[in-house]
Amino acid sequence: MALDFDASAPWKLSDQVSIRDEAFGALAYHHGNRRLVFLKSVELVALVRSLEGFTSADEAIDAVVPVGQHQRYVRALASLVKSEILNGR
Amino acid sequence: MGADQSLRNRFESGLAAPICLTWELTYACNLACTHCLSSSGRRDPMELSTDEAKALIDEIAAMQIFYINIGGGEPMIRRDFFELVEHAVNQKVGVKFSTNGTRIDEAAAIRLAAIDYLDIQISIDGADATTSDRIRGEGSYAQARTAMDNLKAANFGQFKISVVMTRDSIEQLDEFEALAQHYGAELRLTRLRPSGRGVDVWDALHPTREQNRRLYQWLLERPNVLTGDSFFHLSALGDPLEGLNLCGAGRVVCLIDPVGEVYACPFVIHDEFKAGNVRDAGFAAVWTSSELFRSLREPGNPGACVSCGSYDACRGGCMAAKFFTGLELTDPDPECVFGHGETALENKRVAVALRPTPSPDHSKRVPVAITSR
Repeated sequence: MALDFDASAPWKLSDQVSIRDEAFGALAYHHGNRRLVFLKSVELVALVRSLEGFTSADEAIDAVVPVGQHQRYVRALASLVKSEILNGR
Repeated sequence: MGADQSLRNRFESGLAAPICLTWELTYACNLACTHCLSSSGRRDPMELSTDEAKALIDEIAAMQIFYINIGGGEPMIRRDFFELVEHAVNQKVGVKFSTNGTRIDEAAAIRLAAIDYLDIQISIDGADATTSDRIRGEGSYAQARTAMDNLKAANFGQFKISVVMTRDSIEQLDEFEALAQHYGAELRLTRLRPSGRGVDVWDALHPTREQNRRLYQWLLERPNVLTGDSFFHLSALGDPLEGLNLCGAGRVVCLIDPVGEVYACPFVIHDEFKAGNVRDAGFAAVWTSSELFRSLREPGNPGACVSCGSYDACRGGCMAAKFFTGLELTDPDPECVFGHGETALENKRVAVALRPTPSPDHSKRVPVAITSR
């Protein structure tokens, strides 16, 4: 799954997606494909929201999530690309 | 959307707003289905006005509820139906609505096809007119098929065909799948509940244990068939079915009825499960502060199921199914896959006459024949 995802490229939240904060993280809903996705940590929510401000996903991850968890968040972003929550830009 | 255990525990303690909000727009209906969950027929004179309904939609948008499930009654009977739908989708609140299809003529289909963020579920209760009309009334199957034809002709795109699983319709699973394929539609199967008028037909029409087992296998092989998380009580048979596999009542799910009453879920329109009214202090106040919802967000009590190894899979089943068959909420689901519910029901058989009846009954009054003495 991670193979389709280029973390060195710039990404952003899709215009079609709304995010609602919850105690565990957030819900993300894609109004086009009607998919509801769970963002299961507040760090992931912060990361997703910050993507647009960085020139690559790698850079955003390094800035937002704790050291040592880089690969875990690459995988999380890859799965969000697959469900079209994130777009390339 | 398989959810892991920790996430499920989070959901059980409630969310900032519902994921699945059902809003029955009206109790008025031109059909009189025998299993109607909301005992619909006659319009309630206290129905929310257009302005009240719009204010509610604004609040739903502010709470970031992504979509609403609109039902009834027959929602398209309301004169302001399109006005309300457009008010919602213009604020990016998606609308999924359930209809019997009788009001989807060619013009309505074209109008519906032009609206973004709109999903339609057309209900049938059999793959042929004989089976379906037995529940929904004569001519209803043909009218539903006409609606589907009209949506297809109008290039609406993918709609849903929604079927309640009865002892009869469950024998037609492959036919429903073929029908959905014919229209390029999605198939949605839901559970027959003893709610509303459903309490009168449940004994005769709920699937047998053997049928439920077949349904479970059929669904496992078809993760794309939608179920609205209806059949989580069957997950005790093995691998969990698609969905959250929990009772979402008051936690991720609730119902607003046509007069603004808020109930824990669409299947418990009864005073016991009434949380408040949106006319008092708005919907958010009910969702966050009602005593009923707070108590539903406490950890569940496994009750009689405590010694069963499958409690984690089925969570004791459906609250509404227990309540309206006269069981305690701590009893097993009446359709427990291991038969524990049947035993519990037999033990209480003497009390069948005392089963709770739905609180507001909007069924059409049937003229009673007067016999002379």
